Amino acid sequence: MGSELAAPLAGAGPLVDVHAHFLHRACGRADWEVRNQARFRAGTRIGISVHVASMLGTFGFTSPTYFPSPPDVTLGNTEMLALQEREPARVRSYVTVNPNYATHALEEMARCAERGAVGLKLAASRRADDPLLDPIAAEAGRRGWPILHHIWQHRTREWPAQEISDGADLGRLARRHPEVTFILAHIGGGGDYRHTFAAVEDIANIYLDLSGSGVDRGMLDDAIRAVSVERLLWGSDITMETGLAKLRALAAAGVTPEGIAHIRWRNAARVFPPGALPGPRGALAADTAMAVEPR
Amino acid sequence: MTTDVNTFIGGFPFRHVPHPEADSLARVLEREGIAAAWVGHLPSAYYRDPNAGNDALFTTLAPHRGVLHPVPALRPDWPHWEQTLRELLERDAIAIRAYPPQWGMGPHASPMMELASACGTLNVPLLLTVRFEDLRQRHWMDAASDLSGAAIRAIVRADDRVRVVVTCAGRALIEEVHWGLTRQEQSRLWWDISWIWGPPEEELAHLFGTIGAQRFVFGSAWPLRLVQTPRANLELLPHDLRDAQLADVATLRDVIAQH
Repeated sequence: MGSELAAPLAGAGPLVDVHAHFLHRACGRADWEVRNQARFRAGTRIGISVHVASMLGTFGFTSPTYFPSPPDVTLGNTEMLALQEREPARVRSYVTVNPNYATHALEEMARCAERGAVGLKLAASRRADDPLLDPIAAEAGRRGWPILHHIWQHRTREWPAQEISDGADLGRLARRHPEVTFILAHIGGGGDYRHTFAAVEDIANIYLDLSGSGVDRGMLDDAIRAVSVERLLWGSDITMETGLAKLRALAAAGVTPEGIAHIRWRNAARVFPPGALPGPRGALAADTAMAVEPR
Repeated sequence: MTTDVNTFIGGFPFRHVPHPEADSLARVLEREGIAAAWVGHLPSAYYRDPNAGNDALFTTLAPHRGVLHPVPALRPDWPHWEQTLRELLERDAIAIRAYPPQWGMGPHASPMMELASACGTLNVPLLLTVRFEDLRQRHWMDAASDLSGAAIRAIVRADDRVRVVVTCAGRALIEEVHWGLTRQEQSRLWWDISWIWGPPEEELAHLFGTIGAQRFVFGSAWPLRLVQTPRANLELLPHDLRDAQLADVATLRDVIAQH
């Protein structure tokens, strides 16, 4: 039996990756397709039911990854949606926008909604609490989309090539838009996650995604203590092995199967629009995600 | 039989680390099916004189003899360090740890070259750490830089008998060092896989394909990092590399005979 047909390394049951990226031919990388296939291969091996993904413009090739130009934003979204159309059983799309171009951002959201986008991706083009984000957040809320926001866990200074935000910044935006669900990106993605936990623990419309290369012992335990298993989402970002390790660490730490199911897929099924996510090997069974109460 | 070469006991000065005790480590190894571990004393990396930490390490690991192997730290700029090295080996140190950046030693510091030579003479591996934490989360008082490629190359070249294990290195550093050494020098250097990324970038697979899996050893950086990560990385290798064999650390002491 081929290894890809073996039992999933992360065990049976739905598994939603809420933080994935794919590349496209205009990213300036000759290996873009190889990397995409590697994500699919590893995803199958892990047991990922659906990759909810974004393409950040041209990932720096013709404009900066975190400050993508409007044409690159459009190109990235178009390529992302094309991939979703080619892989309807296992790919869903975030719309990426640059809030500095507010009209373009709203137009992109409308265009991509018609083609089946299920959420909004904000990177680091503008601080999260900037008023420029308000109409964009409101529009996401109107569409029932969660907003996945790139986060530096406790910004103590500026870093080059991005206008970073931290949990406190996102918290201010989330408090202004209590009807919108925010996904605070990659608690393992660098910085001081304990600052993040303190900043958002009492903001019910912020969920935390577990992705990132950081695999500090204690991080998962602290995250659960801060926001409970009901506000955690599983993701891999660009290091899928750390995502698998975190799933196993949750089990080793004694999180109940019920709690792990929340992190694997139940919370995701709640924060994305009803019917947005496919299920494992096709359509999500009616007795799994679709049975989850609306947000 | 898997040995984790990159574990510690003891706390970390810059953040809380849960349960960094020897008993916990022994239980974790058993749970994860890891036969043994090379164990350092984490606070000693930040002690001016690590000898007190070494004493604590030997004492604490004694009940776990055969599973938890002590890897004490040795400062080669400390008086009588040569005598201390012999004493550490008499106490069954399986390797020697050194922390040049934390000790303010540059890439060509002569004490490190002397320590490398002594380790070569005494047939004991020298274990180096590139980093304890990601630069993005490092405490402002944790001012030591990452261990540089230049430092690693100089240590490997210091003596043609020294065998070096480098932990917590990423792909760029590994490639910079590996391809900057002769084949003989490469053959005396191993890397743990604790800080090498898997899919979709597949840097571990790339390195196995170009450098060879035999240049790598199993390491996790427990208790700082999740012990589950290196195994997950190996299990996610592309199918053609799934059976790749890491180096057997039990043979590191035998390598000297081949040169």
